Amino acid sequence: MIEAAAGSEEAPSATTRLWWFLRDVLVLTGRSLVHVRRDPAQLADVTIQPVMFVLLFTYIFGSAIHLPGGGNYHQYLVGGIFGMTMAGTAPGVAVGLATDIKSGIVDRFRALPMSRAAVLVGRLTADLLTALLGLLVTVAVGLVVGWRADTGPADILLGFGLALLFAYAMSWAGAAAGLWLRNPESAQALGFVVFFPLAFVSNAFVATQDLPSWLGAVADWNPISTVTASCRSLFGNPNPSALVHVWPLQNPELATAVWSVGLLLIFIPLSIHLYRRES
Amino acid sequence: MTGAVGIEVHDLTKSFGGTRALDGLDLVVGAGSVVAVLGPNGAGKSTLTRILATLATADSGRACVAGFDVAAQAGEVRRRIGVTGQSTSLDEYLTGRQNLVMVGRLCRLPSRAAKARADELLDQFQLSDAADRPTKTYSGGMLRKLDLAASLVTRPEVLFLDEPTTGLDPRARLGLWDVIRALGKEGTTILLTTQYLDEADQLAQQIAVVDHGRVIARGTSDELKAQVGGEVLELTLSPGMKVQQAVQLLAQLAWGEPTAIEDSHVVSVPLSRAHGSVTEVVRMLDRSGLIVDDISVRRPGLDDVFMKLTGHAAEVGGAE
Repeated sequence: MIEAAAGSEEAPSATTRLWWFLRDVLVLTGRSLVHVRRDPAQLADVTIQPVMFVLLFTYIFGSAIHLPGGGNYHQYLVGGIFGMTMAGTAPGVAVGLATDIKSGIVDRFRALPMSRAAVLVGRLTADLLTALLGLLVTVAVGLVVGWRADTGPADILLGFGLALLFAYAMSWAGAAAGLWLRNPESAQALGFVVFFPLAFVSNAFVATQDLPSWLGAVADWNPISTVTASCRSLFGNPNPSALVHVWPLQNPELATAVWSVGLLLIFIPLSIHLYRRES
Repeated sequence: MTGAVGIEVHDLTKSFGGTRALDGLDLVVGAGSVVAVLGPNGAGKSTLTRILATLATADSGRACVAGFDVAAQAGEVRRRIGVTGQSTSLDEYLTGRQNLVMVGRLCRLPSRAAKARADELLDQFQLSDAADRPTKTYSGGMLRKLDLAASLVTRPEVLFLDEPTTGLDPRARLGLWDVIRALGKEGTTILLTTQYLDEADQLAQQIAVVDHGRVIARGTSDELKAQVGGEVLELTLSPGMKVQQAVQLLAQLAWGEPTAIEDSHVVSVPLSRAHGSVTEVVRMLDRSGLIVDDISVRRPGLDDVFMKLTGHAAEVGGAE
């Protein structure tokens, strides 16, 4: 019969383990940032995309879009671009993690005496920085086309904070998708199939009042509509969604927080489970 | 401590769906020795490696690596092993150096120590010139070397190499063999899987032949070859010579059953160890007017061992 030896070292204290975990997260966040430096195209979702959508909707489609309750479309649009860009972090994470699994590097990590959760947390931390960049790009292009926030700094910061919280929650959903699919091409396809309909069936570009009623109902409960409405409300921009009598659009700030916490509660455990699952 | 045992596997089973990848596999590898697990695709080699490296869990049975149970003490095992899989497990955007430093830091080496160890390994594997290029630009041989280097960052007691040279060109393969031999000499316990019979012969003191998830034979290369028999004398007759006549003449020597390969001029017979036996055969055939074009003494290879033990050639079968 085989006799296993007892552990050779004392189990490390909780503080030591936390320190190791943070160090692993730091190393892996650094790794993701090197990826961005080597392949800046990975940032297209948070740089080129918001700029293109702002220009496209401001100067081409915007003039044809009517806002219930009136208001300037430029002022209206930028909140929607926040919503779209923050949700748009999810497909990127999905593709990144699926690529990691396919390349075998995840197997390398799994055989190392490191914290397993750190692999996910490291990537998601890097992704939060990506979302922050998307936020800054959107603000910058918004200012260029004449968008202004005319509320106080506390409201504006709360708006940014909720947007980033939502981005973080969505990236965990993306992480679960990538770990489940394990294939970068499928993850990319899922981005198109789920993300774009989700972004467009929302209040991001048009008022949901103008949609067919069943589609309007979907759009009203879409979390992208919620985060968009919370940005518009906190920045003092035109917000026709305030006229829609469903709970998330009447309480967009709280609803954004609820959506984000809900997504995190589902997708963090699910992602960790999927990561531990053997290939 | 269990001391002298590097890897100990007892009655390990693992199924994927309806397929039994491991079917009661037993294996003991002494600490500091090199063992080759030899088998065709689908024999269960990769599954075994993955379970021993804590990347997969067995359905039943037990396995200990460096004295620690792979299931119950996975953390202790991970601290003592290195793994290089069939496909490289590196970050293609990072440079060779960045990959090694990252692994070092994740293995809890202080930053400076991780850098020093990376330099040392790059130098040892002659990758210093390419150290600061993204690994995307590396050749297959360089990737394998770097992948192996990444497994050696913490100087593991036990090293798992899953088909380390599959897909490499002959020169890169020889280079990697040198590295593996050197590691074996330094006292690292190595379990390598291979479907190349010559690779097992070249690198390992002990060979375990695996088929359908079980070890069907084990021993040194010479012991396994002895199971198949000794040397064989192969004679190629000139075209037009009567092959059957040669078979009859060779049968009179009573060394063993001579065989003729159909539609060719090749006749073979187990070779007697007696002094001068080869000359005797040639003279005998010459006297009967049979002209011999070529003559060779063939030692059985592990290919013959595999054919004999499994009834099928070594490189058939589905994907692993």
